[in-house]
Amino acid sequence: MATTWRSALSLYMLLLMVSRGLSLASDGNKIEPVDTKQDTRSGSHGEAASSSDSGSEVNVTLTTLPIVSWKWEHVSEPYLVALWIIVCWLCKLIIEANHHVTNVIPESALLIGFGFILGGIVWGADLAQTFKLSQRTFFFFLLPQIILDTGYSMPNKLFFGNLGGILVYAIIGTCWNAASLALSLWGCQKGGAMGDLDIGFLQYLLFGSLIAAVDPVAVIAVFEQVHVNEVLFILVFGESLLNDGVTVVLFNVCDAFVTLGGSKINAVEIIKGIISFFVVAFGGSLLGFAFGILISLLTRCTKNIQIIEAGFVFILGYLSYLTAEMLSLSAILSIVFCGICCQKYINANMDESSVNTVRYAMKVFANGSETIIFVFLGISAIDKTIWVWNTGFILLTLFFILIYRFMGTFILTWILNRFRLVPIGLIDQVIISYGGLRGAVAYGLAVMLDETRIKEKNLMLCTTLIVVYFTVIIQGITMKPLVTWLNVKKASVSEDSLIEKVQNKVFDHMLVAIEDISGQIGHNYMRDKWNNFEDKWLSKLLLKPSVRKNRDNIFAVFHRLNLKDAMSYVAEGERKGSLEFIRNESAFIDFTKKFDDKFSEVMSDIMADTSSHYNRGSSMRRDPVPSVCLEVHEQAIKGMNGVEDSHHLLQQHLYKGRKQHLHRYSRSNFSVNTDENEVQEIFQRTMRRRLESFKSAKMGVAPPKKISKHTKKDQQQKKPNGNSADKCKSYHSGDEDFEFSEADSANGYDVPGSLPMRVTYRAGAGIENPTFMPDPDPTASMHIPPWLADTEVDSSIAAPSQRAQVRLPWTPSNLRRLAPLRLSTNSTDSFMLPEAPATQQRGNEQQPPSAPPPTKRHM
Amino acid sequence: MGSRASTLLREEEIEEIKKETGFSHSQITRLYSRFTSLDKGENGTLREDQVNFRGFMRTLAHFRPIEDNEKNKNPTASEPLNSRTNKLLFAFHLYDLDRDDKISRDELLQVLRMMVGVNISDEQLGSIADRTIQEADTNGDNSISFNEFIKVLEKVDVEQKMSIRFLH
Repeated sequence: MATTWRSALSLYMLLLMVSRGLSLASDGNKIEPVDTKQDTRSGSHGEAASSSDSGSEVNVTLTTLPIVSWKWEHVSEPYLVALWIIVCWLCKLIIEANHHVTNVIPESALLIGFGFILGGIVWGADLAQTFKLSQRTFFFFLLPQIILDTGYSMPNKLFFGNLGGILVYAIIGTCWNAASLALSLWGCQKGGAMGDLDIGFLQYLLFGSLIAAVDPVAVIAVFEQVHVNEVLFILVFGESLLNDGVTVVLFNVCDAFVTLGGSKINAVEIIKGIISFFVVAFGGSLLGFAFGILISLLTRCTKNIQIIEAGFVFILGYLSYLTAEMLSLSAILSIVFCGICCQKYINANMDESSVNTVRYAMKVFANGSETIIFVFLGISAIDKTIWVWNTGFILLTLFFILIYRFMGTFILTWILNRFRLVPIGLIDQVIISYGGLRGAVAYGLAVMLDETRIKEKNLMLCTTLIVVYFTVIIQGITMKPLVTWLNVKKASVSEDSLIEKVQNKVFDHMLVAIEDISGQIGHNYMRDKWNNFEDKWLSKLLLKPSVRKNRDNIFAVFHRLNLKDAMSYVAEGERKGSLEFIRNESAFIDFTKKFDDKFSEVMSDIMADTSSHYNRGSSMRRDPVPSVCLEVHEQAIKGMNGVEDSHHLLQQHLYKGRKQHLHRYSRSNFSVNTDENEVQEIFQRTMRRRLESFKSAKMGVAPPKKISKHTKKDQQQKKPNGNSADKCKSYHSGDEDFEFSEADSANGYDVPGSLPMRVTYRAGAGIENPTFMPDPDPTASMHIPPWLADTEVDSSIAAPSQRAQVRLPWTPSNLRRLAPLRLSTNSTDSFMLPEAPATQQRGNEQQPPSAPPPTKRHM
Repeated sequence: MGSRASTLLREEEIEEIKKETGFSHSQITRLYSRFTSLDKGENGTLREDQVNFRGFMRTLAHFRPIEDNEKNKNPTASEPLNSRTNKLLFAFHLYDLDRDDKISRDELLQVLRMMVGVNISDEQLGSIADRTIQEADTNGDNSISFNEFIKVLEKVDVEQKMSIRFLH
């Protein structure tokens, strides 16, 4: 009940949509009927006509300046194309939204059904079928991307492993289908089963050849949903792919024969036909290989134009198609082998994001045009002019197609099985036969038929349509139950595991060895030879040197598995806390990023711990000077050692620079990186300076560092406003980086890199960077709010207490009041007091031009 | 050539081999000629391992594809050499160099080193080996026993992947 209602609703929606679209379209038709008439014949011609028309119109009617004008003719053609594309895709959207329907009826059949409806609407509006799938549109704009996609995503090993079978089915099977159908129909006509028809034997042959081919589009659409085992899939799929090429070649040869006429055909012509068949097929394949190599070579050197390197694949693939068409070779075979040949190399050569782009864009194009093809197959049917009914012809064609498909498959498989290691079972043979769906290629070829030479073109066309509908809809729907009923071995979904990969490789090597020992040249031996050849020559030629190095199957799997683990690890880790411990082992990766991450973690920790304390206090600390911690350090050093000059130096370089940076950073995020050298220089100078003063001090610096960190953190946390938080963050990261390298080079601490990760993390409980906590001090519990910690330290140790004058470095007496004041609500005045000079100072120091931020050092 | 080989091979011997390995008569004679051509010392054995023709055939028999009529012949009879378990056992012994019925990390490393290219560093290879063992190791002894080996390769189509088509 519900399902029918929903589908009815969706249908209604679609109708609404389409009729709206069509009212536009029919407007266009009324205004300019010439355009749509030409549309079916030649796109470019129509376009030229329309543009010249609209141009003259503008010239004539322009009497006053129009503010806006209605220019439908101006855009009609691309507009209609876009409109039809969106309508087709919306059909797919609706279909895919109803899973219970697609579970029973394959998508392709539903799309054809939608096409019927749309065609009915168009017919109702125009009383003629103005929109038809022209063979030009189909072969030039819809088919190439589908074939390229199938070639590009072809499982190579499987394909070449079964190439013998595929070729036999594709070439011999197709020829058998064509010839047997032609003969039988001709015989039936002679026997008088189809009434009075003006079709000669050659024309039957032509018809047989166009309808012989299994269509890859239809086959994939159906077989993808039934998940049969991979060998069966590759057999059906590979056959359908290659026999498209074969059938086009066959069609062309037969077409030439028909043109020549029966009397002129002698043995020489037939032999020439056969030769041409092979030349066209293999020439097309070779051309495809050449283009595939070209793409691979090209992607070797597209490092600098990474943004468009993905485009090369498409454009060169398309060019291979067009070139083959130009040379009257098999365009379909050309683009298939182009995709098959280049996939491995371009996937290795291109940047990973480009590979993903290719992969997804390919799917978008292929799926998109597949949808359009099916919808238009449906639309094309709603046209009174093409329908010529001849019961005998149509039914006999259907019958013979089914019968000969089964016969051909069984005979060929019987021959094949004598040579196959794993024979094709009876059930698989049934599925292969039953999966012989005809599709758009047959229709496209039928449209190509020349009416002047073939009197019964329309009969052939509508028979083709009926065959397509019958196979796609009826066989498509029954395919799934049949697969279940026959208990066809389904594809096993196995997880990637390293040991399987290793073992498979061992098996391969083993088989090669055994073939070698037993002294026979089997296909394992050939594959090994090919692999060696490829390793030695092809990959040297086609792969980037950098890629060539780390291209090992097992290692790739290992890498992939590790990546997967890392992903789940991050997910898990983030749920439990921070992942900062990674820094223990790799000290020089991008710090800024990690610090940011860590800060957010830490912030939440502190927030949780102390939220009750400083909910109120936060309001007054909303505008802390981001550089406070620096002040702290400077002040601390100064206070400790009286090294006045170092302090001055720091003030001159680092301090001002940072102020400057902060100012600029707040305005434009990207102007920061400008003079790297200066950044480096200042950074190093200040660092050295600080290090010297630090060494001379010879003081335990850990506690103040900790404290300063606290300060930073809670400052950061208090920032409600994202911009200043950003400032603060970047600032801090720079500072911490600084501290870190200092600590490192000073050898003041032993970096507990060897500590187990978990332990470090727990001990840290929020502030866990071991480099900053060189001697884990159990007394300084991190759960104590920073300012409380300050006072604690203050009361216990004299020297660090001075350094710990976090916010009020000016006088020690201020510090005494600090902790309680911060927690009190009334402390605004006394709290703000020390801030005043700092802000003042900042204001003064804005002018100095130097010193871009040290933050960027690691970026 | 075949006739020369079969003269050297006694008829009852062929029958025995046929029974044991399941090879056909023509296959056995063909392989015997191959064997004699490999047998440089012409003493009926291969190399220092002293593999005689029976052993040679037994090894090759592991790679004979399983035929349909063999699958359900009679389960009581001893397993043919080309059964799944025997194929796996053969593969297992390729790793198990010291014949302790366990694949240790070192043994796996040796096999891996032979297979992967030179571009993989020893550490990487080590971690690959570690991971491979982890995947299979269920009892935590850091090595793969035959049972673990069978279990982890459950989904692999060994019958197909460890078979070649012997010429007649």
